[in-house]
Amino acid sequence: MDQITLTIDGREVRGEKGQTVLEVALKSGIKIPHLCYHPKISKTGACRVCLVRINGTILKASCVEPITEGMNVITEDEEIVKIRKWILELLLSDGDHNCLYCEANGACEFQSLIQRYNIGEVKPDRQRTVKEVDYESSNALRRNENRCILCGRCVKACKEIQVMNVWSFAERGSGTHLVADDDKNIGDSSCAKCGTCVQLCPTGALSFQTVSGKGANWELTSTPSICIYCGVGCKIDFYKNREGVLVKAMGNNTGPNNGHLCVKGRFGFDFVQSNKRLTTPLIKKNGVFEEASWDEALDLVATRLTEIKEKYGSDSIGSLSSAKCTNEENYLMQKFMRAVIGTNNIDHCARL
Amino acid sequence: MTNSIRETTVSRGFLVIGSNTTENHPVLGSMIKKEVINNGKKLIVVDPRKIELSKYADYYFAINPGTNIAILNGFMHVLLKEGLYDKNYVETRCEGFEALSKTLEKYTPEYVAEICGIDNPEDIVSAARLMAGLKPMALYYSMGITQFVSGVNGVKSTANLQMLLGNMGVEGGGVNPLRGQNNVQGACDMGCLPNVYTAYQPVTSEDNKAKFEAAWGVSGLSTKPGLTLLEMFNQAIAGNVKAMYTMGENPVGSDPNQHHIIEALEALEFFVAQDIFLTETAKYADVVFPACAFLEKEGSVSNTERRVQLMHKVLQPQGEVRDDWWIVMQIANRMGAKWNYTKAEDIFEEIRNVTPSYAGITYDRAEWNLLQWPCPNVDHPGTQYLHKEKFSRGLGLFTPIEYTPPAEGTDSEYPMILTTGRILDHFHTGTMTRNSKVLDENVPEGYVELNPNDAENFNIKNGELVSVSSRRGSIRIKARVTAKTKPNVVFIPFHFFEACANVLTIDALDPLCKIPEYKVCSSRIEKIQP
Ligand code: SF4
Ligand code: SF4
Ligand code: SF4
Repeated sequence: MDQITLTIDGREVRGEKGQTVLEVALKSGIKIPHLCYHPKISKTGACRVCLVRINGTILKASCVEPITEGMNVITEDEEIVKIRKWILELLLSDGDHNCLYCEANGACEFQSLIQRYNIGEVKPDRQRTVKEVDYESSNALRRNENRCILCGRCVKACKEIQVMNVWSFAERGSGTHLVADDDKNIGDSSCAKCGTCVQLCPTGALSFQTVSGKGANWELTSTPSICIYCGVGCKIDFYKNREGVLVKAMGNNTGPNNGHLCVKGRFGFDFVQSNKRLTTPLIKKNGVFEEASWDEALDLVATRLTEIKEKYGSDSIGSLSSAKCTNEENYLMQKFMRAVIGTNNIDHCARL
Repeated sequence: MTNSIRETTVSRGFLVIGSNTTENHPVLGSMIKKEVINNGKKLIVVDPRKIELSKYADYYFAINPGTNIAILNGFMHVLLKEGLYDKNYVETRCEGFEALSKTLEKYTPEYVAEICGIDNPEDIVSAARLMAGLKPMALYYSMGITQFVSGVNGVKSTANLQMLLGNMGVEGGGVNPLRGQNNVQGACDMGCLPNVYTAYQPVTSEDNKAKFEAAWGVSGLSTKPGLTLLEMFNQAIAGNVKAMYTMGENPVGSDPNQHHIIEALEALEFFVAQDIFLTETAKYADVVFPACAFLEKEGSVSNTERRVQLMHKVLQPQGEVRDDWWIVMQIANRMGAKWNYTKAEDIFEEIRNVTPSYAGITYDRAEWNLLQWPCPNVDHPGTQYLHKEKFSRGLGLFTPIEYTPPAEGTDSEYPMILTTGRILDHFHTGTMTRNSKVLDENVPEGYVELNPNDAENFNIKNGELVSVSSRRGSIRIKARVTAKTKPNVVFIPFHFFEACANVLTIDALDPLCKIPEYKVCSSRIEKIQP
């Protein structure tokens, strides 16, 4: 790889040929604000928020500017701040951003830039139209175009990651807006409900149906784990609220899925907190299940298995372990059957 | 998988056979779509149903269910006849070529097209030529290869083809079975099979017996291979298996020939079920243990590409549920064992000790690094793809495989071929997905897919309740009329207990690996007379 050395804000950093200023800056821990750029999709260079000064003179969008040897980059100065403010004000005036009512409040990239650049209240653009709000048609996704900043991330997420091509932009200029398929409701579109466009949307224009009413973003905590469904083994950040209720699942970037999920990995986990779960041991007495204590149930099983082993031999007992359990649990089950029961009658549903 | 998921970007083309990837392994399905649609890679799809991927394929073969081997042999026949196979690779890295080429002689495109029900034999020739020019090409398959009486042979055929093309042991190539469940790979690796300990160490070996006796501090481990799942049920009915203990399994919903399973469970003297729900199976138990669901526990799982990853405890366990391993340990200790694991990691440390391919994997490494077994020591980076310089046995062995028809043929009484499978929104017996709101709403009930021609012949309308029967039973189910399914073939997703496909399926087994022939049996579809 060709190494390239450049200076960003007076700091010497290295990158590889073909990388952009923004990529190298982010990798080196230098923050440059950006909206349309996202590492998972191809570059757009549309929002211009990531503007930087190159070699003391020209201003360039850092997300599409390739690095060159000895390049000197300034990420912020008076003029850049002015332009960024102007862009942000324009975006703000073109939409209807009431954070109080928004699912993205506290997790919105646009909101955090508005705060960082200290943008005050702006007058609505005179040409502003009331845009589409669709909270009903899909049981998975909500859409409020009045919060859309036309960054195009959702379009590319669906085209380049899920490869479903649901979203596209229609019309031009101030009339530009998003459409699903040939202008359908999301619920009637070809959307596979993978949720990737929502995960990449920097605002609350796209959100999940399932998060509403479960707590504000800053009340949520996340823990990574692995999807319980298919063998791809997607890594997922699971978010829960202060009451311990599972709120949402977001693709983790370090797993085999590289941040992506399917509809099962996104919405398939209500069962864990379902009230149909078993919560106590059960013992069948005269044909009906009765709740039992752990000791009672464990003692009974140990006694019966011992009796049967003694009476009919070890090979009269069989066990099925599970492709949904962990390695540790499966290991212990086969060890139990082999070392304690004394048989190799152990299998699972690999074949099914 | 011999290779890795992230190698889709390296592959120049894909052969997807017997895998509805975009519905059953959707994230990988999207990766393949991206390479094909956005990056112009080549795709060949073989599947009885017009699955989504078939739309983007350069060649799509809608074969009759159960004829995979014939078409694979057909591709290979062309490669040999036209001298398009990788001669250098075959000479230096493989053996058994002579026997293979003899067997392949009769699999001419015309002969194969006849068996598979393909209209245009020339497509087999063109597709084979295309494959020969795509190096590396990855082959992906799933249950559509394995769930047949000829399942093991189907798997061997895929390896034959990839060796012939020189696509084994190279990045972006390989034979890549897609595991249906999140830890099937791990359950197999951990020795939850009747004939092997962890890492596929045979129980019949005296050395292994001695090794595990020493590791576990016991004596007298059995060297007699145990019973497979369906054999256990058969032996229960025969009166030889008296007790069973299931952990997280729902055979009543998932196993073929449901009546037979229920008969077996009822014949047992004692049955213990351990699960998160009172499943159809657990209802037959004498004792039911409530277990933690995956978000309530710690532990490791191994995905389809042999990658070991950690699961974490995200939520507080419900009620009095316990970790599966804790329950097993409590029973073991009450039966005389002296196990004292305090957390999952203690068990994993023991696994590393007795499992050569996992020896180099620790919780700490797995948390922060991408680790795929074999990983023999803590300095080893893990293995991205297998068979790099040589095959595990040295030379790759070609196995001549003849096509054999499915166990059950169609006749005038049962004229339709029934095939079963999964759909995007549901999983297995539905225990988890049907208890998740969005998924349940997306597809709330079962259905049978049939071709518009057949629908017309049987006078069946879309959405109408019909009866589907086989030699084993009969169910009522809604009809979904779609060109996705070939004429004379019906498809039923098996997630719905109340319209359970496994009432109909056959429990004929592959003679070697004992996998049931879910993917094909004969059936009849009828209008329900009011
Ligand atoms: S949810 Fe997935 S399929 Fe639906 S529009 Fe968004 S990215 Fe596309
Ligand atoms: S919906 Fe979100 S991701 Fe899509 S263009 Fe609007 S702001 Fe960007
Ligand atoms: S999110 Fe989807 S693709 Fe990923 S492991 Fe889960 S079921 Fe498989």
